[in-house]
Amino acid sequence: MAVQRLVVEQVRLALSSNQAVAYAVRDADVDVVAAYPITPQTTVMEKISEMIANGEMDAELIHVESEHSALSAVVGASAAGARVFTATSSQGLELMHEILHIASGLRLPVVMAVPTRALSAPISIWNDYSDLMNTRDTSWVTLIASTAQEVYDTVIEAFRIAEDPRILLPVMIGYDGFAMSHTYEPVYIAKSPERIREFLPRRDRVKLDPNRPVTMGTITPPEWYYELKYQQVVAMNEALKVVKETDKLLGELLGRDYEPVETYMMDDAEIGFLVYGGVYGTLVEAIDTMRSKGFRVGAARLRLWRPFPVEDLVEKTRNLEKLIVVDRAISYGARIAGPVALEVISAYYYEDDAPLIASVIAGIGQRTITEDDFVKLAEVYMRKGRDSPLYRESIYWGVRGVEVK
Amino acid sequence: MGSRIEIRWHGRGGQGAVTAATVLAEAAVMEGLYAQAFPEFGAERRGAPVKAYNRVGNSPIRTRAPIRNPDVVVVLDTSLPPDLYMPGLKEDGYLIVNTGLAPEEFKSKLGINVKVAAVNATKIALDILGVPIVNMAMLGALLRVTKVVGLKSVEDAVMETFGGHIGEKNVEAIRRAFNLVEVV
Repeated sequence: MAVQRLVVEQVRLALSSNQAVAYAVRDADVDVVAAYPITPQTTVMEKISEMIANGEMDAELIHVESEHSALSAVVGASAAGARVFTATSSQGLELMHEILHIASGLRLPVVMAVPTRALSAPISIWNDYSDLMNTRDTSWVTLIASTAQEVYDTVIEAFRIAEDPRILLPVMIGYDGFAMSHTYEPVYIAKSPERIREFLPRRDRVKLDPNRPVTMGTITPPEWYYELKYQQVVAMNEALKVVKETDKLLGELLGRDYEPVETYMMDDAEIGFLVYGGVYGTLVEAIDTMRSKGFRVGAARLRLWRPFPVEDLVEKTRNLEKLIVVDRAISYGARIAGPVALEVISAYYYEDDAPLIASVIAGIGQRTITEDDFVKLAEVYMRKGRDSPLYRESIYWGVRGVEVK
Repeated sequence: MGSRIEIRWHGRGGQGAVTAATVLAEAAVMEGLYAQAFPEFGAERRGAPVKAYNRVGNSPIRTRAPIRNPDVVVVLDTSLPPDLYMPGLKEDGYLIVNTGLAPEEFKSKLGINVKVAAVNATKIALDILGVPIVNMAMLGALLRVTKVVGLKSVEDAVMETFGGHIGEKNVEAIRRAFNLVEVV
């Protein structure tokens, strides 16, 4: 029998994912926020500045002239020991790129929200994951949420993961620009922040302090640089364990459970989809429709992108005959052009009983993805065996001029 | 899956279609229902055609796909071409329009076969608010026709969103349209 867990008292509000971020930042007792507005991130900062102006939140909001400066400002504040937050999208994240490496290299627990958006040129303000996927090798722990509720929960969790003394790496929380950032839906938030703040204790770490001077990020010769980079490798690998531990503690605190890879109707599924972000909800409803017609299909969602949860992924998808990985970003020039699909194939390389893995590119620049797209994709791959070229390279679903048969 | 109603709002930038959808979702959440409100995301600007969507139901709403077969279409501005707002509306669905015409007249003018509800939201907005922001009047008409949420919850949501004098004026617009809307 299910045991009713004691959880923090919460209130239910209709919030967009961007607003959910702001409430989480408030409840996490952040000290310094710096950001530069960009669609679709802007309403995160609007809500935070409103909260600060209303006296609901006691934080320093630094107005800057670019995203490069926004991240630089929070890097500086974090180095001085502050709990910091920023948010951006698309070109803003690109402009931050240099400082992304500096935040992780300095081992600063910066937390950033990224409502994801396509990249220029041509200009698209709409959603895909090209911006977030470009940060893959920056040594940021990266989580991708699929509901506004999860956005609130994950931003809170992110501070605990980032500040864990075993990790001390920045954490990025991605979610669909517009399709989540601007969609209002029910979200439970803590009625009062005390228990959230107990969950996020202020931990001591090396910081800039005139009374105890240290130097950070100094020039490091070949004799030492590699060891420092290897420490990031170790911390990032350790983060998998810490994320899982924190998921469990978060579940005890808020009553909602998360895992690096989540599944739906996967136990007896022959064909499974793997997606990330808000499109998982659309997929789940498509699975319901297909199941009602007797098709053995299931869904999986990647919630943790870096570190990549190899064992969780394999354990939860290995019984499938076919695994269709739907990416919303393109690695141009790669035959398998979906960043997550590449990772999944690599995860399975040493497994004897790997499913057939297909890479599908979809939703680029917010090209609409409906339940019908998943039904049609399942129908296509149901008929295709190992010898089909549709497994050898990514297929580009929903683009004019390309017909997938 | 429990029962679910899907609503598509059509207006022009500045008329408040997105706000109306948001207020409706807030009211539904207040009532303990599940709800979603989202705009058709464009480069928003005054006067340009705008779409917004609502899903309201008694079980969790997972999909984020745009609504293709709405139960209800709400048209804030009948200068929009019907080709824009009619597609996909269910045969037994409702078209709720801002017009000075009687619903029968509007129906025969368009030559359509769905249920039509008509209210002169522009007149209500000008009388009460002094500006042609018709969203709350159209929301009042929607509540009368669909009973998707209670009038009281929407009024609470409006007061929370706008507050004070502006909130009260908007509540008045909702109530007047609720009482005046005609249906065939």
